[in-house]
Amino acid sequence: MEETNEKLVKLTIDGIETEARKGETILQVAERLHIDIPTLCHYRFVKPYGACRICSVEVTIRGKSRFVPACSYQVRDGIEVQTRSEEVIQHRKMLLELMMARHSQVEVVRKLAHEYGVDTTRFEEMPSEGCILCGLCVRVCSEVVGANALTFVKRGTDRYVSTPFEGKADTCIACGACAYVCPTNYIKVEDIRDRKYVFSELSLGPTTPIHIPFAAAIPGIPVIDSHACIHMQTGECGICSKVCEPDAINYEMQDTFEEVDVGSIILATGYKTFDPARAEQYGYGRFDNVITSLEFEHLSHASGPTGGAFVKADGSEPKSVAILHCIGSRDKNYNEYCSRVCCMYSLKIAHLIREKVPDADIYELYIDMRCPGSGYEEFYNRLLEEGVHFIRGKGVEVSQMPTLATTTPAASNSKLYVKCEDTLLGMPRELPVDMVILSVGLEPAEDAEEVARIFKINAKGDGFFMERHPKLAPVDTLSDGIFIAGCAQGPKDIPDSVAQGAAAAAAAVSLIDAGEVALEPITSVVDEDVCTGCKTCLVVCPYGAITRDEEKGVAVINDALCKACGCCVAACPSGAISQRGFDDTQIEAELAALLMS
Amino acid sequence: MADTTTTEKSAEHTAEKVVPFEPKIIGFLCWWCTYAASDMAGTSRLKYPPNVSIIRVMCSSRVDPSFIMRAFAEGADGVLIGGCHLGECHYVSGNYKTAARIALLKKTFSQLGVEDDRLRLEWISAGEIRKFAEVITDMTEKVRKLGPLNWRENFEPK
Repeated sequence: MEETNEKLVKLTIDGIETEARKGETILQVAERLHIDIPTLCHYRFVKPYGACRICSVEVTIRGKSRFVPACSYQVRDGIEVQTRSEEVIQHRKMLLELMMARHSQVEVVRKLAHEYGVDTTRFEEMPSEGCILCGLCVRVCSEVVGANALTFVKRGTDRYVSTPFEGKADTCIACGACAYVCPTNYIKVEDIRDRKYVFSELSLGPTTPIHIPFAAAIPGIPVIDSHACIHMQTGECGICSKVCEPDAINYEMQDTFEEVDVGSIILATGYKTFDPARAEQYGYGRFDNVITSLEFEHLSHASGPTGGAFVKADGSEPKSVAILHCIGSRDKNYNEYCSRVCCMYSLKIAHLIREKVPDADIYELYIDMRCPGSGYEEFYNRLLEEGVHFIRGKGVEVSQMPTLATTTPAASNSKLYVKCEDTLLGMPRELPVDMVILSVGLEPAEDAEEVARIFKINAKGDGFFMERHPKLAPVDTLSDGIFIAGCAQGPKDIPDSVAQGAAAAAAAVSLIDAGEVALEPITSVVDEDVCTGCKTCLVVCPYGAITRDEEKGVAVINDALCKACGCCVAACPSGAISQRGFDDTQIEAELAALLMS
Repeated sequence: MADTTTTEKSAEHTAEKVVPFEPKIIGFLCWWCTYAASDMAGTSRLKYPPNVSIIRVMCSSRVDPSFIMRAFAEGADGVLIGGCHLGECHYVSGNYKTAARIALLKKTFSQLGVEDDRLRLEWISAGEIRKFAEVITDMTEKVRKLGPLNWRENFEPK
């Protein structure tokens, strides 16, 4: 519109004089003027098709009038358009009556027909299954997605939509675009995978390929998931770039790697939660109402999928909830250690449930309650007063049917049964509950092993990073200048992580503040009188600290580069190299002393 | 310690008063991993036989094969070398050199007639304290079964 050299045409719609660009359709012009024209087969991102004809309008050119589909008819200079004349209404009524003969059960057709006063049809009824043959799915699949996984089959009254050869379409990328555009909801995407999620921590439901990672993300700008984005998969679609007015979508953006020179490094690479699907007995992934503690956090959050309402998978409010402690922790089958945070967050979960569903029965199934910390024991006591049931005994199994003969099946068959041994009563119990929350433990981050290898630090037996000394150097590692903090070092709660983070930062700063680095005093030295200059040591030194003085014909060790492994000492065939503090004679004396008795 | 006391007591009760053979094993341990594991095993109160006397080295590649020869010559019944897992050496590649040296040395010893179990190379990271205790226990038992080496009597020319 702003470009002056573009040809504009003049036309009137329902008596309103307006201008339009050449090539625009009547529907586009009408939309701009907020004139409502009904459509069934129109979608702004696919080419007009004119299948339903419901958008028909009356166009008068030079005194002659005729009906044209508004979605595909391009405006011409001097035309007069009537979108609501008597004739147009009559025309649409007839079309709707014809449609009612086949699609009277389709809501969108019935509603539109009702608007036009058409509730019955005079034609022979041949009820369809719900597809109105608008072709949107076929066109979206080929034009937008580029997959061409859908097509029309047969002709005339036998026409229907299907995949090539009516089988599983190989080109289908399961994007769900066809189901999204289908005006009658005839096409449905079935979730055939076990579990479907985009982010493991947000597994309650799928999200779109373009999204803001999470509610409080910084920066709060949307990102595109390249694995799910249709444009990045097939090169088609690109709808987001078409609708984005500031033109901010960039498909070409790539991950970049940046190298930074630093003096010290703090590894705070965190943890991952235990995947309860590994413990099949708890039914995670099999039963909808078995969720993890992290999923509960997501669910109960005010910006979560339910706006903070605590509901079951079917949307109803759970009246009884079991919280199972120590899932993946304190268990020889998974992790032997205690994850330290689960007791307290399980109490918090119980407290939140009590707030949201005041009359719910809440069960905490625990091995031991471990509440050391400022105000923690007091919180536990508060929960006891809030009427939460504490059962000392680990939950062992979640099933849909009672397994103990003593359990009376609940009236509702949507209950889950949690089996446990109540060690205070001294008997097995089975609790019928609406929902089960698994308090999953903490595990080393997925890539902890690789990180440890890159930074040449050690991991403990449980996989968490090892400190130089558990008491005297809790944030240092065996590699100088590398510090560890938080759950990367072992499971710990937020106050402990913050304290350790501050300690690691202080340790790193003190190293920078000193301005100089103390070198290993135990470097290797060459006895030039003995050295034959054979270069054996040059080959074994991993740091390239040894060079050969060509004039003297002897090896020279650079003290600043030598890291004191002593490999060259053992390799030297003439015994010319010795290591300060680990001299051959010193080690031999040590040997002799040890073997004297 | 409790074990030794009981064996001592039972030895006192037996008429022959034979002192049971206690193998002497020298352990050359890398400071960054196996030595740290031994330290940690101590703080964790893990129990293992007291037969291994430890010599700390900066890297297992510092262990000159002559040290091992000398250890056997001076009365050791076994020698343990402890280093970092391959690929995890604090000094990039020291443990590969150790692996090569020990392999050659084992060949030499087998030609001399020294049993294979008397020289052992183990990769034990600082966190593997259980493995450390197991290796020490296992090696002590194996060497105990083999009996004293008696290098001076058996291998040195008279």
